[in-house]
Amino acid sequence: MNVHNVPPNHVQPPLLDVRDLSVEFATRRGVVRAVEKVNIRLAKGETLGIVGESGSGKSVTSYTVMRILDRAGRIAEGAIRFGGVDLVGASESEVRALRGREMSMIFQNPRAALNPIRKVGKQIEDVLIEHVQAQPSDAKEKAIEALKAVRIARPEERYHAYPFELSGGMCQRIVIALALACRPQLLIADEPTTGLDVTTQKAVMDLVVELTRERNMSTILITHDLGLAAAYCDRVMVMEKGKVVETANASEIFRAPQHPYTRKLMRATPRGGVTLRDLLPEDVAAAMDAPSEPAAAPGQGPLLKVEALVKEYPRQLTGGGLAQALGFRGASADPFRAVDGISFEVARGESLGLVGESGCGKSTTSMMLMRLIDPTSGRIMFDGTDLSAIPAKQFARSAFRLRIQMVFQDPTDSLNPRFTAARSIADPLMRMGTAMGSAALRARVEELAGHVGLPPEFLDRFPHQLSGGQKARVGIARAIALNPDLVVLDEPTAALDVSVQAVVLNLLQDLKTKLGMSYIFVSHDLEVVRMLCDRVIVMRAGAIVEEGGTEQVMAAPKAAYTRELLASIPHPPI
Amino acid sequence: MTMVSASPASAPRDGLLSHARHIVAENPVTGIAFGLFALLVIAAVLGPWIVPYDPLASDTVNALQPPSAAHWFGTDQLGRDIFSRVVVATRLDMVIAIASVALVFIAGGFAGIASGYFGGWTDRIVGRVSDTIMAFPLFVLAMGIVAALGNTVTNIVIATAIINFPLYVRVARAEANIRREAGFVQAARLTGNSEMRILLTQIAPNILPLMMVQVSLTMGYAILNAAGLSFIGLGVRPPTPEWGIMVAEGASFIVSGEWWIAFFPGVTLMLAVFCFNLLGDGLRDLVDPQRRT
Repeated sequence: MNVHNVPPNHVQPPLLDVRDLSVEFATRRGVVRAVEKVNIRLAKGETLGIVGESGSGKSVTSYTVMRILDRAGRIAEGAIRFGGVDLVGASESEVRALRGREMSMIFQNPRAALNPIRKVGKQIEDVLIEHVQAQPSDAKEKAIEALKAVRIARPEERYHAYPFELSGGMCQRIVIALALACRPQLLIADEPTTGLDVTTQKAVMDLVVELTRERNMSTILITHDLGLAAAYCDRVMVMEKGKVVETANASEIFRAPQHPYTRKLMRATPRGGVTLRDLLPEDVAAAMDAPSEPAAAPGQGPLLKVEALVKEYPRQLTGGGLAQALGFRGASADPFRAVDGISFEVARGESLGLVGESGCGKSTTSMMLMRLIDPTSGRIMFDGTDLSAIPAKQFARSAFRLRIQMVFQDPTDSLNPRFTAARSIADPLMRMGTAMGSAALRARVEELAGHVGLPPEFLDRFPHQLSGGQKARVGIARAIALNPDLVVLDEPTAALDVSVQAVVLNLLQDLKTKLGMSYIFVSHDLEVVRMLCDRVIVMRAGAIVEEGGTEQVMAAPKAAYTRELLASIPHPPI
Repeated sequence: MTMVSASPASAPRDGLLSHARHIVAENPVTGIAFGLFALLVIAAVLGPWIVPYDPLASDTVNALQPPSAAHWFGTDQLGRDIFSRVVVATRLDMVIAIASVALVFIAGGFAGIASGYFGGWTDRIVGRVSDTIMAFPLFVLAMGIVAALGNTVTNIVIATAIINFPLYVRVARAEANIRREAGFVQAARLTGNSEMRILLTQIAPNILPLMMVQVSLTMGYAILNAAGLSFIGLGVRPPTPEWGIMVAEGASFIVSGEWWIAFFPGVTLMLAVFCFNLLGDGLRDLVDPQRRT
């Protein structure tokens, strides 16, 4: 991709000029500075990436530029000039006229940004008419043009679609069409591809870059992914705790990062040719032991053997609600096969990666393995016993329950907001462990917290008082509380910052060695899978398209789909 | 959205008292509501001992006296002191309200959570039962229940609980339904919790903050309902002091100028309902751990 060819022209006045911007939030514990003396100069046609982890103030900065800070926030000092207009002193109605017409924003969750009960074409028309870019008579025509511009196939048909009928990537294209409908000069993209699949991410980012280049627009790309920013931006600005720590050209920042924080971020970003230990800061990695080979767990044969596993869901009938209510059942609609006859094995002490994009059936597979849902057919042989014979509803009482555990994707969602960390970790011990007194229970909880590196003083906190990484540790401690043989890890780091992800991945690796567990690691991120897993399975549309040793699959993928997945990972220019 | 975290590593938990103080400071109306509530509780607990006169003793010489230093709220047609009767009536009205709300909180809350969590037949049965109740004008239904079961305080409590049942079911069902597939519920299944246990230990406590708002709103409504039943002659019988009866008795005297007989119990009733309605938000903030940052 050739995206950083034109050096920004600093001779003409910049389109966006932010000087010494500080933003404060009034909270219960006093005033918090979210952004501290940030300077941004963005020339016309330039693409700037703002990179940082959660809490770095990158989103707050962009919200301030758009003047959409929530009520608790205020601009403490500094100036924002956009095309010569002072945005700090401008009235709300003046800013409103600029928003959408001169500067636009696209948000992280495209589905949430669209009105769910209005046709997407109508939503584009609304924007056009609001900003006097179209008359009601020609609005439809222009809306279809806008859909064409974002490369939506069959735009006349999609004009009539509702957001829920479109995929996530398609919704993000609609949001881009909305943002660009009035041909603004500045586009702010706040994590536009987080939550999208890697192939969709590539398509969406390519589209954004192409359109902005075509129209000579300036773009600010806000992301936590240094690789993505470096691949698509001219300049990259790294933020930490509200301050800009480094600004450099995209090609230089990877070659010669100046600030220690940038270096730490770069180290933590999963990439080819490194091990898990390499992700950690140098001093931390040096202090840890090299990962040793796991002691072979006792027992004969594979731990888990899945045979021709199928999960079918009845298809939504197309006859409409009334026809269904009246009893007109669609003539034998084929059920939808979420998982289509997959077979694989997991050896004792092995970690198996399960990779695929959303809708490929990997989550359904893991739910069946966890025995939370019943498979339609097929067998799940666990240590010689067929678990699919036990119905999911009765599995909670089965002796196998404690041998298969799971770490969930969203550490916040998977902890009961009204349980303290200690109570969450103790839950499996109280339900399924051998009876023990409260002192022994507490001791065991503290031991587990020690295993996952959670300081004991955090044990009495509620989830909302813990950081993302700490919550992830609580989730892991709960999963390993009963020394399970198999742990399913459902994208356990997808919601975490890269530096936290690096720590959690290393923790998982060490725990596996120490406790002799097997992992099934469900992920969409091949780079992460490569570092943690021995073998990998690539899934698509409910079926396995490729299976093999991780290094072998990554180095020489056989299936075309695997090659496509690998090619979509953003590669920073090094 | 990313933001610098407001809660530092230290001092993760506030005491309940300082938390309550913060909530009152944030919203003074909550403070007023809590003040009124305290007054109601004092009147209900200590009523018979703090009033200046016997609420039942008639004194025909002093009948129909307007408010004065001796009789703050005046006297009624039998010469009974209205202030004493209003204060003493608090206990009965509060007992009816609290008992009926407690009953419907447990029954309606549980039915609603079960219907939202299990779905299927549980949902259908609970849903149709509450639809049936909703189909009637609620006050008329309460009248019918009391008339059919008999004119006692227990039956007023039951009738008030029944007409509030759908409100609790709806709220609890919707909230339980959202949390049915939440990560922490799945995690609880994995740790070997039975479905009933998940319902009670995982789902129910998380719905509590919203249910508290419902409690406070229906509490006011329950008082109004009890007074309304007494007003039309069902439920509590004279000469027992009760706000609804007192308003009913005083109503006929308004035309002849003796306004105080109906006015003071009416105002007290209004303030009590007002107080509970305002209390809702404060209660929710108080029981929600997420607000304690």
